[in-house]
Amino acid sequence: MIDVQQVTKRYGQHTAIDRVTFSVAKGEVLAFLGPNGAGKTTTMRILTCFMPATEGRAGVAGFDCGDQPLEVKRRIGYLPETPPVYQELTVAEYLHFVGRLRGMPDDAVKAGIAREVERLGLGPVQHRLIGNLSRGYRQRVGLAQALLHDPPVLILDEPTVGLDPKQIIEIRELIKSLAGSHSVILSTHILPEATAVCQRVVIISGGRIVAEDTPTQLSARLRHSDKVALTVTRAPADAEARLREVPGVQHVFANGPAGSFLLECELGRDAREDVGRLAVMQGWGLVELKSISMTLEDVFLQLTRHEEGVAQPENGPEPAVAAPSTSTEHQV
Amino acid sequence: MTPVNAIIAKELRSYFVSPVVYVVGAVFLLIVGLLSYLYIVVAGQQAIQLMQMQGQAQINLNDLIFRNLFASVRFVLLIILPILTMRLFSEEMKLRTFEFLMTSPIGLNEIVSGKFMSVFLVFLGLLGLTGLIPLTVALFSDFDWFPILTGYLGLALLGALFLAVGVLASALTENQIVAAFVSFGLLLLLWLMAGLGSLLGDTTAGQIVSYLSFMEHYDHLVRGLIDTKDLVYFVSAIVLMLFLAHRVIDSTRWK
Repeated sequence: MIDVQQVTKRYGQHTAIDRVTFSVAKGEVLAFLGPNGAGKTTTMRILTCFMPATEGRAGVAGFDCGDQPLEVKRRIGYLPETPPVYQELTVAEYLHFVGRLRGMPDDAVKAGIAREVERLGLGPVQHRLIGNLSRGYRQRVGLAQALLHDPPVLILDEPTVGLDPKQIIEIRELIKSLAGSHSVILSTHILPEATAVCQRVVIISGGRIVAEDTPTQLSARLRHSDKVALTVTRAPADAEARLREVPGVQHVFANGPAGSFLLECELGRDAREDVGRLAVMQGWGLVELKSISMTLEDVFLQLTRHEEGVAQPENGPEPAVAAPSTSTEHQV
Repeated sequence: MTPVNAIIAKELRSYFVSPVVYVVGAVFLLIVGLLSYLYIVVAGQQAIQLMQMQGQAQINLNDLIFRNLFASVRFVLLIILPILTMRLFSEEMKLRTFEFLMTSPIGLNEIVSGKFMSVFLVFLGLLGLTGLIPLTVALFSDFDWFPILTGYLGLALLGALFLAVGVLASALTENQIVAAFVSFGLLLLLWLMAGLGSLLGDTTAGQIVSYLSFMEHYDHLVRGLIDTKDLVYFVSAIVLMLFLAHRVIDSTRWK
């Protein structure tokens, strides 16, 4: 449904995106992941025909964004970063306006409004001025606008910003429910969001795509070592050195409070048994021993910190896993 | 409802829920009312003087009241219309609804013309209310209606031109104050070109400069002259301004 081929966008000397290529199949949900200023919004603006690409081709549903912008625009629902609402209109008036602007027949507008008001829980605020609504409601009105004409392609720029946790879950459920019938691109810098709703993740950094795969495969592919977290109550001073001697353990880092260690082990070699035996035999007071899998967050940090996307843990004293406490942890 | 009508309806709605139209309208009608009161009183005094001197009064109300009034309203419009147009595009850019508008399946022509039409309708409404003035005068005296009607045609065209300049200014910036100021500037420039033209005298350059100003074209209409040349001037100037606005907006996409 969406096909982006070698698209480059330059603003004067500055290259915002550089030969970006990706595609989205019908019914697929794709997450566009990247730090601020990576080029997510620029890519979306090109896809929605808001701005033309400097080089390359972008197409939606078989129509070229440069040649047939109106056809493309008809098939897209777009939620920009800031919800595009008119504060002086009520929610219902605004959605009516959007429907008419898109040339929808009156009964389709009515049906669309009823559907979206129901789906996004806008019932209680339907007749209030948008200017008086909270950020969360405005965001939902923005989503209603994008969904109103039931477009085959949805482009959502950070759709869950400004929502409370309950609403975030609701919106994610909504996006998941759209998968299958709609192609969705959503940009985010919230990583769990990408894992939660998307089948595929494109990581963009500095205007370039640095990785593209399913969330699980991405973390598998970029894993260079298995990591084990160990916590003991009575760690002797030479604990780090002793741990390093365990076969398979490559690096040992003190991790937070005294007695917590993070061990990097050879890939595919589970050192937990040996580490556990050591801790118990030495009477260190073993309280926790678990392996840590790499989350998307780790992948993301690796990829966006190091341009090449192959961060070697040997490179520096800082562990490649930034914050193991936030990772998905598998208890032994 | 076509997309253009949707835009017109939405813009009208936006105008009438904001206080701007009411304030601008009130000030406009107050000033125009006050001006016509002054001109009528002055005309009345002159009539009394003539009566005393000659025993009878034959004064031309068209000249004494309406030509003066039409000349003054021109200046009032110059000050008031930029306030109406300043929000048209600036506000959309500021509030980030511009991107939404530009990604809607509707051409830029339709957006520009829809916005222009909406503010033109607001202006016509205000102008229509001033129609009460000649109607009131007609209750008490006789005058020639034809120059009044052509004068109103002139006002409508002049207002449309001012509004088109305002649309262009609003497309240039996301700051509404700057937009209003730019349209004041452009309109004053067009105004002063008449002076420059008469300074240059009856040379080719002088004629061209005078032609470019709206002054003589508007004067013709106020005097009851309908000349195709003047109509062509207004229509082409309005279209040119809207076309420039179109180009300016389109170019923002390339930046």
